[in-house]
Amino acid sequence: MLKPFIYTKDLSVGYHGKSLISDINIGIHKGKILTLIGPNGSGKSTILKNLIRELRPLSGAVVLDGKDVYSYSGTNFAKEVAVVLTERIQTEMMTCFDVVAMGRYPYTNYFGKLTKEDKEIVLQSLEMVHAMDIAEQDFNDLSDGQKQRVMLARAICQQPQVIVLDEPTSFLDIRHKIELLDILRKMAVRQQVTVIMSLHEIDLAYKISDYILTVNGKHQLQFGTPQQIYTQTNIRDLYELSQGTYDVTSGSVELAKVEGTPQIFVLGGCGYGVAVYRMLQRMQLPFATGILYENDIDYPVALALAAQMITASPFEPIDEMVCQQAVMQLTQAQIVIDSGCPIGTFNAAQKQLRQLATEAGKVIIDCKKQSLEEVEYVIQNSYKMFMQRKR
Amino acid sequence: MKRRIRIEIVYIILIVLSICAVVLNINTGNIHISPLRIFRIIFLKQGAGSAEFNIIWKIRLPRLLTASILGGALALSGYLLQTFFRNPIAGPFVLGISSGAKMFLAVTMVFLLNYIPSMPVWAQVFTAFVGSLMAMLYVLVFANRVHSMAMLLVIGIMISYICSAVTDVCITFANDSQIANLTHWAMGSFSGSSWTTVQIAAAVVLPTALITYLCSKPIGAYQLGEGYAKSMGINIKVFRVIIIVLSSLLSACVTALAGPISFVGIAVPHITRLLLRTSKPLISIPAIFLTGMVFSMFCDLIARTIFSPSELAIGTVTAVFGAPIVIWLMVSRQKKH
Repeated sequence: MLKPFIYTKDLSVGYHGKSLISDINIGIHKGKILTLIGPNGSGKSTILKNLIRELRPLSGAVVLDGKDVYSYSGTNFAKEVAVVLTERIQTEMMTCFDVVAMGRYPYTNYFGKLTKEDKEIVLQSLEMVHAMDIAEQDFNDLSDGQKQRVMLARAICQQPQVIVLDEPTSFLDIRHKIELLDILRKMAVRQQVTVIMSLHEIDLAYKISDYILTVNGKHQLQFGTPQQIYTQTNIRDLYELSQGTYDVTSGSVELAKVEGTPQIFVLGGCGYGVAVYRMLQRMQLPFATGILYENDIDYPVALALAAQMITASPFEPIDEMVCQQAVMQLTQAQIVIDSGCPIGTFNAAQKQLRQLATEAGKVIIDCKKQSLEEVEYVIQNSYKMFMQRKR
Repeated sequence: MKRRIRIEIVYIILIVLSICAVVLNINTGNIHISPLRIFRIIFLKQGAGSAEFNIIWKIRLPRLLTASILGGALALSGYLLQTFFRNPIAGPFVLGISSGAKMFLAVTMVFLLNYIPSMPVWAQVFTAFVGSLMAMLYVLVFANRVHSMAMLLVIGIMISYICSAVTDVCITFANDSQIANLTHWAMGSFSGSSWTTVQIAAAVVLPTALITYLCSKPIGAYQLGEGYAKSMGINIKVFRVIIIVLSSLLSACVTALAGPISFVGIAVPHITRLLLRTSKPLISIPAIFLTGMVFSMFCDLIARTIFSPSELAIGTVTAVFGAPIVIWLMVSRQKKH
């Protein structure tokens, strides 16, 4: 097996001699992307600082291309590793070109004179981050997104083997986030640059990374491919999520479930339920829903938000037992919401449930006939009435 | 290309201005000497021993040279401190470094002059250097704790008040002859410059300026902040020490030879940068030195002529021109954020 291009050997990191995280053993091959994820203050930056020699390891070592990072001279290390830091820089009378050109530092002569070739590389780097149009603008006048791209161009201009970025996407809007990560991925594949970074966006981290390292001071580090790392429990433990959920397959975040005895039953399915579920969560009303196939689009959201749910195995007709459960839930509810899911051969049970509700005299709200705002209004009123009657 | 032309024009203007400053400074004074006489006295050394000869050779020329060298030194010292603290309004005066030098020099003088009749100029420079280094270390200790630009200045100003207070106490306890010595630079003035002053100023300032120029590359990288500078392979610890020593040496030399002179250190680097529209050290360091020379020579000219025959303190004139620039700087900066 090929040795990783950059790896750590029993690395232990911390400040003032106090160890924060120890036994870090990770290795990344050339041209791959490693992302560190974890809550704020968990030690992501500390690990990154050890990789770029900003901090000395308490014990263990970081090995780059077969040699300890401290065996490189300052200049040679700068030719291997470039950084994009979180600190925001203040410049005086410097154009973007000037800022990017700083990346040539390890290559230029004693006075830092840029050769024709250096200038060419600066322009190429600006081109790579789509910043040619702002090359002559004053760096201080740029937006956060532009600044971040220019700082990336500066790192690229250093022509490193490894680029280390500490939370490069903070302060960026979604378009610039995607743009930035796209540039990194292209560099990794085309120039075989190894990328190590920390991200807050766990959904994006899943999609961009070849490797993931989860960092949370108190917990064991986990290192592996995104597929290995991203399990529901891992993510929940990592961020100590007690409320709300993070769906690993879709990468979407749901707010906390409203617990309680459901007085509302939602006939969901086919993605029609999602809007209703979220509305009920906003109204802070517990609800039951069914009957959902486990591969239904509504399923993950219902799983996150519904107090009760009735589910059926995919690719099968709905089981009699499941039907009975649904009937039980339905009879307990006061309000039945038909989300408008189309009815076919396999989910004919939905139709029966609706009929049952009509016969039992439940309040029935049909989303096909009313807008969501109207539905919300009706629910509010009938829920109030119901609560008064109960008292 | 446009940039290059701009830079060339700025340099030409600065050189022309400094020639003007030299000519005007030699030409004006309480005693009128015709330009032709001056030319003969300087270049043909005619009339040795005459009063006019002495005025030119013993008063005006040394004073002119001292003002120009020390003006350049002040500007450069301010530039280094601004780079180091990444603070646009840092300078040897506002950070209390000049006052530290002054205090230490005053204390040493009052103490030593009890035993020896006078202190050699080089020893004064050295003492001032020790004083400015001490003040610098104080500022550094606090700078590590406060990260706000304004707080750093407040600390500098407080340090400067403390030092001034100690200096005042010294003067109170000094005898008359010492006071004559002390008040000379308590105000700040280029009067009394001799060829010795010129020699020592040149011996300290010119090599220091040259070393600063040779550090252009790391200074440029440091403008992006310490983290980036480090990542580009600069040995930050060594670099910091070099900058501290260089800037302290420059401001100490000025303080010992001419007393504390305010605002040149802040204003000049900014004027130069605005003119050049770049902050590349390789281009701006010589320009800053030149602008400092011109600024200081003109201020000295004003100081000694405007209310002639009585003379203003040089600090008074530099403050009148420098302080508005600082205010304008702070306001325009506030607007940006």
